[in-house]
Parts: sequence; structure tokens; C-alpha cells
Amino acid sequence: VNTEGGEEARGTADLVARRSYGKLVAFLVARTRDVAAAEDALAEAFALALKDWPQNGCPANPEAWLLTVARRKAIDDFRGRRRGEIAIEQLGQVSDGLEAAATAAEIPDQRLALMFACAHPAIDAGIRAPLMLQVVLGLDAKSIASAFLASPAAMSERLVRAKEKIREAGIPFRIPEREELDGRLGAVLDAIYAAFSEGWTDPGGADLIRRDLTEEALFLARLVSDLLPGDPEALGLLALMLYAHARRHARRQAQGEYVPLAEQDPAAWDAAMLAEAEALLARAGAMRSIGRYQLEAALQSAHVFRYRTGCANWPEVVQLYDALFALAGSPVVALNRALAIAEIEGPEAGLRAMPEIAADPRLAEYQPYWAARAELLARAGECEEARRAYELAIGLERDPAVRRFLDRRKARLRA
Amino acid sequence: MQYILLAYAPETLWSEQSHEEKEKKLHAAYGPFVEALQKAGVVKGMNRLRLTKDATTVRAPEGKQQVLDGPYADSKEQLGGYFLIDVPDLDAALSWAARCPAAEHGAVEVRPIWEMQR
Repeated sequence: VNTEGGEEARGTADLVARRSYGKLVAFLVARTRDVAAAEDALAEAFALALKDWPQNGCPANPEAWLLTVARRKAIDDFRGRRRGEIAIEQLGQVSDGLEAAATAAEIPDQRLALMFACAHPAIDAGIRAPLMLQVVLGLDAKSIASAFLASPAAMSERLVRAKEKIREAGIPFRIPEREELDGRLGAVLDAIYAAFSEGWTDPGGADLIRRDLTEEALFLARLVSDLLPGDPEALGLLALMLYAHARRHARRQAQGEYVPLAEQDPAAWDAAMLAEAEALLARAGAMRSIGRYQLEAALQSAHVFRYRTGCANWPEVVQLYDALFALAGSPVVALNRALAIAEIEGPEAGLRAMPEIAADPRLAEYQPYWAARAELLARAGECEEARRAYELAIGLERDPAVRRFLDRRKARLRA
Repeated sequence: MQYILLAYAPETLWSEQSHEEKEKKLHAAYGPFVEALQKAGVVKGMNRLRLTKDATTVRAPEGKQQVLDGPYADSKEQLGGYFLIDVPDLDAALSWAARCPAAEHGAVEVRPIWEMQR
């Protein structure tokens, strides 16, 4: 084996894996209904490719090559495992389906159907994002566990259980009918956003061991918006994520210190990415069907506009929060709305508009709640109360850079 | 695939009404559902169960039979009947479950049937 061939083979395999992993899994799963078996078959095909390609050269159509190997393995596997449980005719159907489709020149893209299965209402909401990352993108349980702050063993067990449920409960692989599409798509988008947010909570990637999944989540959001270009919420979610991602370099100083949005240098934002987000949001808006993600993206757009132009647009921001609250009322939305009100009517009005902990006890453990409260109290001159709120916020924060930032804020208070 | 829809509802439902009134309401609720199931040709079996006051629970730890008056579990909602259906996938089973009157009054548990060698 010459090393050059080996490297080329590895390069091609990596490229196919990145571009087509989910497509190949989706193809196999649509015919066998068995996610774990499809993953195993594909893993084996990739392993064989890394042995075969350096010797015999990379095939002209690497995807078809991989699919042929994986298909054979999937049929063997299906036959072996399901013997005694499934009638022979079903095996026949599955292998016919696998054979027939493999002769087609183009592999149909069924990734969207696969995502709908991963985010099916019968699957526990907390495992949908990890499941999608593994099944559609091929991430291993260890990387996913690290991003979701779970132990690899526990994550792996939950993923196995979810795949078993898909198979044994007969969760279908199809894009839902029109009348149920909106509700079901919401679950897919929520799972993608959850994957993205997990990436965000480690803002600077300061913790190198913790896997940053923002790029993977962006890939999924792009995929959904490509496959459903007529859905405004799919576009809205991608826009929202791009707005956030465009600022990723500005939210840390060179030394890794946290920089809040209000103190970021707009010149450090990714202008091309922001332009893409703006264009997506405009396209979504033209479809005239408002939703949570479009509103959140519109808020990002308003913030970007304000910092770039210096024009205070707080009334517009409050309006957007009102609309968001009406649509998806949550204490977090109420909190952000209160901060916007403080910009118009002063810190006392902001404090009055803040949600009550009594209304949602989870607020008591929500760092941004205490940080926001501290900020407003400080502006209102209530130094003692502000100090207490800062201390609570610091105690609740995981990220050391954010803790240091809050500490500096606290130190600014007059004694 | 075959699924069983387990219909759970409070046994006290409409209990303030006369027996005849209650039966009439039940028939009005379940009649159309059963008819739709039959028309669709998906139903393999179904039964209504008598109330849990007529239930007897048996255990036999180490072969020693214990018989107890009452249902397996005491809960507000009790299994009141079941529908065994044959449909293409879980979504189809779930949409039948949603139409079952018990979904409105209590809950419907959807369980896939373990497929045996044929």
C-alpha cells in the first residue's frame, strides 16, 4: 500500500462521510426501519473502503460503492437478527427495496424523513437533538455526551434506547402530511436549536474537551432550509443561528475574556454571515406566516441594526418581545423584554417588568435572571441588592470567563 | 404492524347519572369510533372490560398462589377496554388513539405487539 493512495482514500472517505453520511443512513433506514443496523452497516462499509481504496484506487462513484457494501451487510444483518421474528416475505421486501434502489444512478435524499423520525413526538424530547446529531451526521456518543454535559455511557445508552424505540414502535420514515407538518417540523427545528444552544453555552470554546456543536447544528439547519425552502420557520431558524454565529469571534477578547453584546465591536462581526441572515429573514417574512424563530431572528436583526447604526430602536425591540411572548410565552422572553423596557423607561420600570420567581421557580437558578437584575439594580443605585444579585449570578455560572466578567461588574459598584 | 390501544379512563366518569344515561353516553361516544375502525378494516379485536370492582389479581411467588380482590394497580384512571389494530406504522396507530373517546376522558396507551414467528 503506498501512503499517497492511502491518504487519497482517507481524504475521499472523509469527504463522502461529511457530505453523504446522513443520506446513506437515511437510504438504508427507509428500507430496513433499523437505525442501529444501518449505522453498523455503514461503519463496516467505510472500514472496508479504507482498506480497498488505497489498493484499487478510489471508485468513480464512492457513495454508490459504499452503499453497495452497506446494503449487502444490512441484508445479512437483517436476516440474522430478525430470524424467527419476521416473516420471510418481509425480508424479501426489504432486500428488494435495497436492491432496486441501489441500481438507480442518484441516491434519493431522505435525510429529512430521517430527521422527522428522530424528532418524533414518541421520542423523548431530551434525546432528539443528540439522536439527530448521531444519526444524520455520524457524531459519536462521546462527542455528543461532552456537549450535552452527560456521561458517555449514559448518552450512549439513551441513544441505543431511542433507536430501539424507532424500530420496535414502528416510527415511520416520512415527511408528515401538510396538516401536521407545522407541528412536527417545530420539533425538528427545536432539536436543531437545542444542539446549537449547547454549543453556545461554551462561548469561547474555552473548554477544549467539550465539543462545540455549533457547526454541526448549522449544517442541520442549512439542510432543513434547503430541503424545505418554502417553510418560513426553517429559514427563520437558520437566520437566527447565523446572527448568533456571526458574532462568535466578538464575544471573546484575545485573552478569552467574555464581552457582552453591548460592548462588542460590530466590525468584528462576520458581515457576510449577517448579510446571509438578513436575506433569509427577508425571504421568510415575505411568506407571511410568523413564528417563534422568525421573531427571534428579527430581534437579532434589530440588535445588529442598533449597534451598527447607533440608532436606538428599543420600542421596536419591545414590540418584537411582546409578539414573541404572545406566541411562546416564557420567563426568559419576559426577562429580555424587561431589559428592553429599562432602556426606554429607566431601570425601575425594567425591574417592575421583570418576571416573578414565584411565577416560575426555575428562574431562581437561571444565571441571566440574576445578572439582569443586578444590572438594573446597579443602574437604579441599589448597590447592596445589586451586589447580592451579582453574587447569585456568579454562583450559578459554569463558564469561568463569564464569572470573571460578572465579578468585574460587581467590583464597579459603589460601596 | 399490530398495536393494542389500551383505553384508560376514570371509572367514575358520568357516575352521577343513571345507569341508562351513562350507557347511552358511552354508546354515543364509542359507537362512531368503533364503526370507523371497522370501516377502515384495521380492527383485529376489541373488548370492553367490566369495572375494576369485579377484578381479581393473582400472584404466585414461589408457587404460592395469592388472590386479591381488586385491580393490579389502584389509580384514578383504569383500563376500561382495548382495541387491537393492524396499521402501517406508529403514526397511524397514534391517530386512531387520538380519536378514541378515552383520549378525551383519560388516556390511551399505544403498545406495539411483539411479533411472533409465523
